[in-house]
Amino acid sequence: MLNTWIAGTVVAVIAGVTGFFAVLRGSTFAAHAIPNGAFAGAAGATLLGFNPLAGLAVFSVAGALGIAGLSRRARNDVATALTLVMMLGVGALFVSWSTEYAQEAYSLLFGEVFGVSTDEVLPIVILGAVSIAAIIVMFRPLLLSSALPEVAEARGVSARRMELGFLLVMALATSMTVPVVGALLMFSLMIGPSAAARSLTARPVLAMTLAVVIALVTVWAGIVVSYESNWPLGFLVGVLGAAFFLAGRAYRAAAIRFRPRVA
Amino acid sequence: MHYIFEPGFFGSGPVHVALAVGAVIAITSAVVGVFTVIRGQSFAGHSLADIATTGGSGAFLVGVNQFWGFLAFGAGAAAFMEMIGVQRRRSRDVATGVVLGAALGLAALFLYLATQSTSTTGASFTILFGSIFVITTSTIPALIASAVLALATVLVLARVLLLSSLSSDIAAARGVPVRAVGAAFLMALAVSVALSAVIIGAVLSTALLIGPAATALRLARSPVKAVITAAGVGVLAIWLGVVLAYDSYYWPPAGRGWPVSFFVVTLIVVGYLLTFLRRRDRQPAPADTLDREHACSPA
Amino acid sequence: MSEDLLRLENVSVRLGGREILKDVSFGIRPGQFTGLIGPNGAGKTTLLRVILGLQPVTSGEVLLDGAPRPHRDSSIGYVPQKLTIEPDMPLRVRDVVSLGLDGQKFGIRLPSRARRERVSDMLTAVGAQGYADARVGELSGGEQQRVMIAHALISGPRLLLLDEPLANLDISSEQGIVSVLGRLARTEHVAVLLSAHDMNPLMPVMDRIVYVAAGRVAVGDTDEVVQPEVLSRLYGRHVDVIRVHGRILVVAAPEGVDAAEAAAEDAGVIR
Repeated sequence: MLNTWIAGTVVAVIAGVTGFFAVLRGSTFAAHAIPNGAFAGAAGATLLGFNPLAGLAVFSVAGALGIAGLSRRARNDVATALTLVMMLGVGALFVSWSTEYAQEAYSLLFGEVFGVSTDEVLPIVILGAVSIAAIIVMFRPLLLSSALPEVAEARGVSARRMELGFLLVMALATSMTVPVVGALLMFSLMIGPSAAARSLTARPVLAMTLAVVIALVTVWAGIVVSYESNWPLGFLVGVLGAAFFLAGRAYRAAAIRFRPRVA
Repeated sequence: MHYIFEPGFFGSGPVHVALAVGAVIAITSAVVGVFTVIRGQSFAGHSLADIATTGGSGAFLVGVNQFWGFLAFGAGAAAFMEMIGVQRRRSRDVATGVVLGAALGLAALFLYLATQSTSTTGASFTILFGSIFVITTSTIPALIASAVLALATVLVLARVLLLSSLSSDIAAARGVPVRAVGAAFLMALAVSVALSAVIIGAVLSTALLIGPAATALRLARSPVKAVITAAGVGVLAIWLGVVLAYDSYYWPPAGRGWPVSFFVVTLIVVGYLLTFLRRRDRQPAPADTLDREHACSPA
Repeated sequence: MSEDLLRLENVSVRLGGREILKDVSFGIRPGQFTGLIGPNGAGKTTLLRVILGLQPVTSGEVLLDGAPRPHRDSSIGYVPQKLTIEPDMPLRVRDVVSLGLDGQKFGIRLPSRARRERVSDMLTAVGAQGYADARVGELSGGEQQRVMIAHALISGPRLLLLDEPLANLDISSEQGIVSVLGRLARTEHVAVLLSAHDMNPLMPVMDRIVYVAAGRVAVGDTDEVVQPEVLSRLYGRHVDVIRVHGRILVVAAPEGVDAAEAAAEDAGVIR
């Protein structure tokens, strides 16, 4: 059970940190596409007898590269869509070839936090630390490039390099969080809490901290309810994420309505 | 000839259905897709597809044909997205994403509940990755009718959609009910997604929506040519996919065949990438790479 | 003013707790070329949106030919500020102009030679026939501006509204657009209301000026309106008007300058 709590906590922190930037940059689609594509990689790895985590890592990085690469010549959302479906198509092939994959596929898509073994926790913690360190190192240029790209370019911060760097961090974060909360739901954990945090405050560091806090609450509550009811963690994450987002929107609407009149 | 078409291809009933229904759905999806890409709603299209997965799982749980599940949830989600309907694209994407996340959570629940009752591994695969060779004959009239409806809606709205994409202010000033038109389009999109989910699966229906459209937009300059090219690419991809999938029953691993959806998606993506080989005038960088609004203000 | 094509009467607009426009009144006669001049944030875009029916007014009226503005209206053409058009947009220049005729209609229409010719004529009139088959997303700023002007004019409006059409152009494109507009306004008998933050490029074609600052307007000939007393009253602080080499510069006084003292000084300045 301790493993579950550790893994869940690390995942929530990662999700809050990367999700903050994903929402800021409008990379919602990529945040969805990379974990999904990673799932296909895990399928292939299992088929070939490798550790699914390796497959996750390879495909999520491939996804990041594909999206960044295609975005130079096509719209961002088209690039993301096509990269995603290509990876999923290959995943479909792998899944169809293997006969006993269904349960594993289900848990990779929707999460299996209670099945995290001790030797899985260590890579998760390490990769988590690396991702967070990367974000901290990139924080100021990434923030500038996300908010004011022309100013950033003028100061020598290349928008393309930041985009690629960010996507790669997201790929890395994804590859170790997917076994815990699942490919389809990692994205909910990234978007819901961060969007809620941004409704509450505009200050970057505060918003990111809030995102992490909300993500932690979501995951912890999810673990407890999932443990009691046996319902999948992914379901709780998705619904709680949406609930926080709506709460944030309601707060925002109320704040605007009751804003003190400017003389 | 028999090197390409394995024995029995032209005589097979399911193949006929696959080719005919597949073509109709591919055309619908491609045409709707052209406008989806123009309006920057590729993410919404993909989200509707994933939400349709939830519908499919729910339908399975209840014992109903998955098309109705795809349709109900897709249309419901479209209506909900329209209600949340935020103007700024970035906020719209986040709202869409949250709806998607909640719906996927629900899908997780449905599939979990389904595993408690029966052994459903095959069903999951069908919902996620499609079943063009096993289309239930009784649903065919509904499929065709829905396709015609979605296609007609988009064609009737074509000029207005183009004008709104050029400038929603100009459209509104000329009396176009921009919001209502957007809602109608989103519904047509939901129907189109539900249809392609039936043949290549909810998870991959985005390929049939975006792929031919993106390819056509790289090749054609005028709206008419774009729509016709997209439809052509879509039909070609489905037909070739069906042929290859049928042939693959004889390929390793023995006796099962490779999924149609894999072939269709691969053909579509390869086709799209091939358009980059054309030597033509350098296109300017896409406008949305530097499209950052006041990113630091609360959404 | 019964012969006014467009008339605003005491229009006020309040948005998000701020008064953007305060009690604005003016009229535009048929064929008149009016410059809507003012600094950024003064309310120019809001004013244009009010006229187009895109922004509801808090109080006041917008009258077209003496009657309240109808909902579906093709007598006002509109050229928005720079449009963001993706390079993959499947619209050629001639398709865009064609949408100016019937882009707001539902249904499918068959191509017709008459329509094709009308589009070609309009393209020639704005000088865009050379790139009629180019993708609209691949045009330069000045080229796109001409196309959008053609789009707005082809349906034969009586009033043409342009929002900061010169803002992102280089000098030569600027001059090109101004001369196209001046010529078309005369040949098509169209009244023009064009917003800008710099009035100088428009001097050759402008008949009169509506100067907007701090949500209020001053209306009249350029010489009447662009005077320190008038503008200072509008801005609510002391403003200098500098004329040099035939160009006009409106400059806010530095902080700490007493308005009365500055006005007294002005009285003694030799123009």
